[in-house]
Amino acid sequence: MQTFNFLAITPEIAVAALTLILLAMGLLIPDGARKGMMPLTVFGLLGILGYTVYDFFFGKMGPAFQGMYFHDAFADFFKMLFLVAALLVVLSSGEYVQKFPAYRGDFYALLVAAILGMMLMAGAADLLTFYVGLELMTITFYILVGYMPHDGRSSEAGIKYLVLGAASSAILLYGISFIYGLTGSTQLYQVAMGLGSKVNPPVILATVFVLAGFGFKISLVPFHMWAPDIYEGAPTPVTAFLAVASKAAAFAALIRVYLVTLENQSFAQTGIALLLILASLTMIIGNLVAIPQKNIKRLLAFSSVAQAGYLMVGVIAESVPGVKGVLFYAMIYVFANMGAFAVATYIGQAQGSDEIRDYAGLARRSPLAAAVMTASVLSLAGIPPLAGFVGKFYLFSAVMDTGYQAIAYIGFVMSMVSVYYYLSIVKVMYLGEGEGLPDIPVRGAAKFAMVFAMLITLFVGIYPSPLAQMAMAAANSLLQ
Amino acid sequence: MFTQMHSLYESAWVIPALPFLSFLLIAFVTKRSKGLSAAISILAILTSLALAIAIVLGVVGSGAEIVEHPAVVNVNWLDIQGLTINFGTLVDPLSTMMLFVVTLVASMVQIYSVGYMHGDRGWSRYFAYQSLFAMSMLGLVISTNLLELFVFWELVGLCSYLLIGFWYHKVSAREAAKKAFITTRVGDFGLLLGILFLYGQFGTLDFAQLAQAMNANLQGLVLAGGVSYITLTTFLLFTGPIGKSGQFPLHVWLPDAMEGPTPVSALIHAATMVVAGVYLVGRMYFMFQHAAPSALEFVAGIGALTAIFAASIAIAQDDIKRILAYSTLSQLGYMMFALGVGALTASMFHLMTHAFFKALMFLGAGSVIHALHEKQNIWDMGGLWKKMPITGWTFFIGVLAISGIPPFAGFWSKDEILAAALHNGHPIIYAVGLFTAFLTAFYMSRLFFVAFMGPEKKENHPHESPYWMTVPLIVLAFFSVVGGLVALPTHNFAFFVRDYVNLNGVVALKEFEPEGLAWGLAGISVLAGLLGIGLAYMTYVRQAIQAEAVVAKFPGVYKLLKNKYYIDEIYLWLIHHIMDGLAKVLYWFDIYIVDGIINGLALITRGSARGLRRMHTGQMQTYALVFFFAVVVIYLVYTLGEGQFAALNPLAMLGGVK
Repeated sequence: MQTFNFLAITPEIAVAALTLILLAMGLLIPDGARKGMMPLTVFGLLGILGYTVYDFFFGKMGPAFQGMYFHDAFADFFKMLFLVAALLVVLSSGEYVQKFPAYRGDFYALLVAAILGMMLMAGAADLLTFYVGLELMTITFYILVGYMPHDGRSSEAGIKYLVLGAASSAILLYGISFIYGLTGSTQLYQVAMGLGSKVNPPVILATVFVLAGFGFKISLVPFHMWAPDIYEGAPTPVTAFLAVASKAAAFAALIRVYLVTLENQSFAQTGIALLLILASLTMIIGNLVAIPQKNIKRLLAFSSVAQAGYLMVGVIAESVPGVKGVLFYAMIYVFANMGAFAVATYIGQAQGSDEIRDYAGLARRSPLAAAVMTASVLSLAGIPPLAGFVGKFYLFSAVMDTGYQAIAYIGFVMSMVSVYYYLSIVKVMYLGEGEGLPDIPVRGAAKFAMVFAMLITLFVGIYPSPLAQMAMAAANSLLQ
Repeated sequence: MFTQMHSLYESAWVIPALPFLSFLLIAFVTKRSKGLSAAISILAILTSLALAIAIVLGVVGSGAEIVEHPAVVNVNWLDIQGLTINFGTLVDPLSTMMLFVVTLVASMVQIYSVGYMHGDRGWSRYFAYQSLFAMSMLGLVISTNLLELFVFWELVGLCSYLLIGFWYHKVSAREAAKKAFITTRVGDFGLLLGILFLYGQFGTLDFAQLAQAMNANLQGLVLAGGVSYITLTTFLLFTGPIGKSGQFPLHVWLPDAMEGPTPVSALIHAATMVVAGVYLVGRMYFMFQHAAPSALEFVAGIGALTAIFAASIAIAQDDIKRILAYSTLSQLGYMMFALGVGALTASMFHLMTHAFFKALMFLGAGSVIHALHEKQNIWDMGGLWKKMPITGWTFFIGVLAISGIPPFAGFWSKDEILAAALHNGHPIIYAVGLFTAFLTAFYMSRLFFVAFMGPEKKENHPHESPYWMTVPLIVLAFFSVVGGLVALPTHNFAFFVRDYVNLNGVVALKEFEPEGLAWGLAGISVLAGLLGIGLAYMTYVRQAIQAEAVVAKFPGVYKLLKNKYYIDEIYLWLIHHIMDGLAKVLYWFDIYIVDGIINGLALITRGSARGLRRMHTGQMQTYALVFFFAVVVIYLVYTLGEGQFAALNPLAMLGGVK
């Protein structure tokens, strides 16, 4: 008789239930009366977040379902991250969603379904569980990216994401099948045992395929090419969620699979050299190409490519402090990026334009939005006393302790370069004239989301200890 | 009993937290409602005052226990490799005394401000700044380590900048605010260097841990040229107090700081800002002891110089606030040289009594200025004694207190300082101190006699200030009368705030030994005070001595004093000729060399960005091609790098190898 440990997957079950409820309600409630769906989603997610936080601190941890699934602080940390990101997206996009055609009531259901996929990725102890989670997330995103039916760019982005995403999934699945063929198992622990320290062509092939699959999701150069087009075309809230949560989920799985399970293969001598080169390229290309961008979403897309490079630096450190740095940075990245995207969503929908030049004079027209955008981009650039500075400090000091100095210096220089394009937004907002552009008072849930994101960014920057300790606990739980 | 007290000490963080909360509330919520802003601010500081009094009672009750084991609570703020920073609260007799003084003066000033600032446009902003100011200073005095202290130290500087420049529409206020900020920054730079030096040597900034580190003989730590590391660090640390506490030569900002509203001056001069420097030296006193005698002698010298230098300037000033400002400088000099001669107890004692009577006199001056519609020249005043009885009497108490007339507060503390100077073998310092006491009594009574007793002016229609303003005056006058009695053997201040001793390079707390008052010395200093008052009386009331005739006799001296020894002019000349010249050279270097390099780098970066951008064509086929091509290249590099040449054989790759 198998025991079924519901406690281990309570958040997942709750999220699945919420998805179904939202889906059913979207169908049952008549068009035009769906305003209540946003508060429902928010409170549902809040409840699940509350439980997850409780579980993180007091829950009974351990593997579940015959080792198919991890229930540990690492997974819980990422679950909190996804939920927070989703909450901020939902809060900041209330008015944006109103724009969608009335007959479509499944936006929130899809968003929540994507969370379920991410949670599975973070908790998976088996390559197939992981893959199912990944596909659940990705397929949901295919729909979300192309959600605006009569918007050419949204549809184009949807198609591009579908085709390229399918290709990357194929490669990843191919890699997984190699691993199964080599070890006879898909369970992470047994895979690690089965592969041992073998480094031969098929093993390397599997490793490279897995890396390519992950690299696509986290937009690691050279697998990043899709990101700017899709980020630009997708509805802004979706872009935000894609840039933040889906990337974090991929990092969660990357750490579990690539860093922990395939450690002997992925961190072989050449492997580490390649990783160093790829991470450096990611930071360099992401930051450099962001400079000439004129569209805020495209700029943030390249900036998020660069941010993936910074996170990769923490992975390369291959140590507990490195993983802690990744966790910490991923969490504060949520707040910084969501702050920026919340503003982009709000302004974009109020002005009907995502061009940076249309942000001129925003400091006068919408002081709050300008302040939040400024705090967010400065945090992304890593300026103290904002959270991004502490996060980068953890990442780079971890990798330097492992003994890779050069990549840290590349990171420093590229952070300086990033200040240029981040501040160019600030410059437009504060020094631009903005003649003839409307005043945009920020109201309601979006205001709350913006202020909340900014306050957390500031608070964690000033007092990072609590979050750092949580990240440390999560990183330690991973390696037990 | 003690554990109960302990939980009280642990909640000491509430004392600065309340004004901070009030600052946030005013700034973000009640900005528009004037009454509410003032009510919140005053309520917060009064609650803090009540808590501070509770802690004072607790400390007095727990006796020797708290002296030897200060109550410390630390919360970890930053913990990264090689750097651990805590934020915490430290309750010991010294910080308790400061808590009481700061909350008392701040609450009196805020209550007073309700009357003084009546009708001002920046009302809410004013109370927000006041709250922030109180928070910064309270945080400073309960800091457990130097970095925490430094954070609050800078906040204090910021708040004083904001408040001095409160009437920012006045050019002079803006200039004064900038001057205060920049001048103190000069000192802060040294302080920061000192903190870094300390951290570099000891790996901690915690006061308790540093004190423990000083328990060893560290004279072996010698830098080049035979200068001890500790001595150098101590000198660097001392530059902070030189700036903050207005010691010569960085004193120039304090008299100009009068441009702020008068209650602000009272706060700056009595309880916050300027005494921060004295407090820092007191807090780090174990280190100054360690670096004795050179560091202590330096402190004593600077202090004594400032004391007499500022007192002599005060004689020739005519602006009521300016006279008080120079008197503050002089009294700060007193506190500093007390520290320099090894009398920590006496210095802190004087800090406390001075806070009472200087706040009293500043608020009194404010009351006068308020009544005379912004007239500040004492020769435009006169006859206020009858028209403003409360202000007059309380001001009179302040004058007696600062002149060291028994039984007022100033007598006890000043006497202790002078006695310590003589006992610890510094006769010259003693003489300077005594002469300064005479000068102080003279210029303060000059101010009093001219402004209050002088002939009435027809154009003035003074009337007593409202209760909002007079009640704080009475409270402060009360403390100026009885504040000195804590030195009496029954509630001995010296028992709680102990001196340190340096025995062969090992610094420890001194055993408490009750000392009687040295009546002979006390008599001499009282005599000096009376002499000063008498001289002023003869000159300005009886007019037995013609002030003009004296001035005419020594025109050079008078001009020198009137112009404050031309220190400002000297600084101006230095800045014009030396700084500007240097700046021009550096500017050239910056424009042609530095900018050239930077612009070159920027061009390269932008160029490469343009090139790389072309890669992202928007063509899905290209993207897929790059993706798969990258996989192949990475695979090949990987296998070849690992020496797996079999990878080049497709069959081997696809399962041919077992």
